[in-house]
Amino acid sequence: MGVIRKLFGDQGRKTEKTPLQDDPERTASHSSTNIVNTMSEKVKFTIDGKACVADKGMNLVDAAKINGIYIPTLCHLEGVKPAGSCRICNVRINGRPMTACTTEVAEGMVIENNIPEIQEMRKIIIETLFVSGNHFCPACEKSGNCELQALAYRYQMMVPRFPYEFEEKQVDATSPKLYIDRNRCILCKRCVRSIKKADGKSIFAIKGRGHKAIIIIDHKLAEAMTDEEAQRAMDICPVGSILRKERGYITPIGKRKYDTTPIGSDIEQNVTK
Amino acid sequence: MEKKITIEPVTRVEGHGKVTIYIDDEGNVRQSRLHIVEFRGFERFVQGRPYWEAPVLVQRLCGICPVSHHLAAAKALDVIVGAGTGDGLTPTGEKMRRLMHYGQMFQSHALHFFHLVSPDLLFGIDADPAIRNIIGVAKKHPDLAVMGVMMRKYGQEIIRATAGKKIHGTGAIPGGINKLLTVEERDSFLNGPDPMNIDKMISWSLDSVNFLKGYHKENKDFIDNFAKFPSNHLSLVRKDGALDLYHGVLRAVDSEGKKILHDVDYQDYLSYIGEEVRNWSYMKFPYMLEFGKGDGWYRVGPLARLNCCDFIPTPLAQKEFEEFRAYTKGKPNHMSMHYHWARLIELLHSAEMMKELLHDPDLLEGELVTKGTKVNEGVGLLEAPRGTLFHHYRINEHDQITMANLIVSTTNNNEPMNVAVNHAAKQFMNGQKRISEGMMNAVEVAIRAYDPCLSCATHALGQMPLEIILVGPDQEVIERIRR
Ligand code: SF4
Ligand code: FES
Repeated sequence: MGVIRKLFGDQGRKTEKTPLQDDPERTASHSSTNIVNTMSEKVKFTIDGKACVADKGMNLVDAAKINGIYIPTLCHLEGVKPAGSCRICNVRINGRPMTACTTEVAEGMVIENNIPEIQEMRKIIIETLFVSGNHFCPACEKSGNCELQALAYRYQMMVPRFPYEFEEKQVDATSPKLYIDRNRCILCKRCVRSIKKADGKSIFAIKGRGHKAIIIIDHKLAEAMTDEEAQRAMDICPVGSILRKERGYITPIGKRKYDTTPIGSDIEQNVTK
Repeated sequence: MEKKITIEPVTRVEGHGKVTIYIDDEGNVRQSRLHIVEFRGFERFVQGRPYWEAPVLVQRLCGICPVSHHLAAAKALDVIVGAGTGDGLTPTGEKMRRLMHYGQMFQSHALHFFHLVSPDLLFGIDADPAIRNIIGVAKKHPDLAVMGVMMRKYGQEIIRATAGKKIHGTGAIPGGINKLLTVEERDSFLNGPDPMNIDKMISWSLDSVNFLKGYHKENKDFIDNFAKFPSNHLSLVRKDGALDLYHGVLRAVDSEGKKILHDVDYQDYLSYIGEEVRNWSYMKFPYMLEFGKGDGWYRVGPLARLNCCDFIPTPLAQKEFEEFRAYTKGKPNHMSMHYHWARLIELLHSAEMMKELLHDPDLLEGELVTKGTKVNEGVGLLEAPRGTLFHHYRINEHDQITMANLIVSTTNNNEPMNVAVNHAAKQFMNGQKRISEGMMNAVEVAIRAYDPCLSCATHALGQMPLEIILVGPDQEVIERIRR
């Protein structure tokens, strides 16, 4: 992630919280601000010249979606307050680069999404994520269900153009139900923000900052996780960093999420009619 | 003055080998050695990985028979997840895996025979390498080339339907399998349009056996005497002595056919098999502990399997097996070139097995996975196309692999291949002043009989890229031939 920040700066970023300071404002119960407050007042805007309509205040990712346009996301998770950390959803709004997941749609916005410059930037983000971890897709059980891999296909990543960082990263296999492989973690914090106990306590957290940041798991809480919670954690992770133990590869090739429907294609199919 | 000749395939990194032949002043071969790079890396880098990843990860060590590694690893993990030692899976789990395995055996044997061996047989081993390749076969015998391609394709489609992908699938998981066969798939394998149906595959397999028998009749001297030497033979056999390529007990016979390893449980393989390290090769030399390093080595693969088993449980292959056995009057067959004969009988057997399995309703429905009490260690063996394959894993309390030991088929055949190369070198090179193309290829032909991974890797397009270096006693290069 450090690489990306160097490349793109922090434009469009709202607030930067240190990890582990779990801001109560960012919890799930507060998350749907984009969708809730509307009295279905409509706004008009354009994406790549296409006239679009959405409810006022809707977040741009969703607003694009209902108009049949796919804006890629990684750290964003529906129903959870956006973090704006991965930058893959960057678009240009009235000429300025902004993250779509943290932006509410407004009347008259002129949005550029599928233009070569932005496509290239997204590809660069994907490539930097690949070189800063160890994403060995061929043997990873998340292959075919992995959002990062799916995006790499979408943006046609062919060869690593940046040098591999070869950072030493540890796995944590000590939880009874989960296997954490930090070699694959992209620090999107989706797990931190959404996998919580009933009292709001996070089971996952980020420890350390910058290059040293790693995902950690509260072993006490993890021990008490149900099978369903463990499965949810695995599903929520966009990559193969959180794995459920002893159930690897149960989905055969051909039945995995992106085997026959490339990422984004479901959204884009809705438009053409 | 002693000279050293090195034959070195140079284009591939994995599984590449080189042959060194030491000759004396008269040009007589004193000794020869085959060096092959080992797969040690995998045993190291699966450590720390979750155990269920092994079947998918480890199969990457081979692009030619990944299914064998996939299944051997899965079999070892069956033991670990408490699904029994080879007979505890659900009928669906076991049969889907068997179908995958016989599909693999079928496509691998077809590839080896048609693409790699047939050029040598059709054009002669000292023919110009420009025509002695699969393209040459396609030009002169298009029917044969088509057979080879379509049989391979059929086997690969079976693999795709059972493992999810033609190469490097995910079908076998600890305790079973992750998919069923669909009715459409089954129907197309059974009754697909010509030639892609099982009956055609069986009849083509028969044709292949007959083709080889015909060739044998006309080239008896070469086929029977080239690189012929006595040895022990080792393979899995079914408990009742039948040929079984997927599961069984470990049996070995000596050069006279006497049982010297008595149908033992392979979970204890370490009590029977040792591995010797020699300073000139990365690849170890396995041997039976009871008979020591000098006498305990053995052959594996098609020839060894037909020498070890008592019968073949499918009718057409059994008929061929009887003829094969009768040829050596029931004694073990020690002729290296008869590997090809044995391999084609197995090709036929695999086709028959696929047919039997395809008619089995258990492939279409049933429980996929079974599990019991977890233990921390398991061994999985099967008969890969090239011979007995050993996978052995240990895990810790967090489900991470702490130890992996693999003895791959080619390693089991290490000593026999060395002996075969020695025979070929002596037979074709003794007293010769120059190294001819045919002589170089004789060495290759001897290696190829054992179908080691490196031969596929380097011979796919006709010829092994070779370099021969003649080195004098002071290590000076006297002559260097490259092709
Ligand atoms: S473990 Fe997965 S969900 Fe959690 S931060 Fe890392 S990549 Fe994101
Ligand atoms: S920054 Fe918007 S999806 Fe990550």
